Amino acid sequence: MLKTPAWKRYNWRVIWLSLLYAIFLIAAVYGFKHQLVPTAVKYPVAILPALPIVGIFFAIGRYLVEEQDEYVRMLMVRQVLWASGFALSLATIWGFLDSFDLVGHADGYYIVIAWFFGLGVGGLVNKYTLGDGGC
Amino acid sequence: MENRLRILRAERAWSQQDLAERLEVSRQSVNAIETGKYDPSLPLAFRIAELFDRSIEEIFVSPSRRSSKAI
Repeated sequence: MLKTPAWKRYNWRVIWLSLLYAIFLIAAVYGFKHQLVPTAVKYPVAILPALPIVGIFFAIGRYLVEEQDEYVRMLMVRQVLWASGFALSLATIWGFLDSFDLVGHADGYYIVIAWFFGLGVGGLVNKYTLGDGGC
Repeated sequence: MENRLRILRAERAWSQQDLAERLEVSRQSVNAIETGKYDPSLPLAFRIAELFDRSIEEIFVSPSRRSSKAI
């Protein structure tokens, strides 16, 4: 992706949110493992690591709003569409396989991992179909 | 969309980067438009036309006219 001012802001947001995710995840895992989390706050603490990931989705949305270069914005939109199509297709296929007891049950957050992988697939498709302009 | 952007740019001895800076877009945007891989929005097409002091039709070939010529 090209380094436009909006892209730089997006990158910083993602870096900070990733850092926050790591801190929240380590804290939540440690807290639950050592039974340090009071019952009253178990739900909020369990949700804590999810919040920075939700923040990354928000950051992608902000990037699409802030990006002034329409072509670069289109590249990201294509990537997001690829990511969504990839993750939803995978979830649908896995869901049916799971229903017929052909695969093990997967935790819901794996859909997010599939979505981010799909973002990478979208980047490769951009590069392959648009060449130099798709990077 | 077929266009004369590369010719107009060459007439002025501008690189893709030069044109990109004048249009306030990325070099990749200029490359994608020149090679017909990306059709610019109407506001960007107007900016390109104004920069070269031409009408949009003098720079971009209408796809419908192009196909009717082929017939």
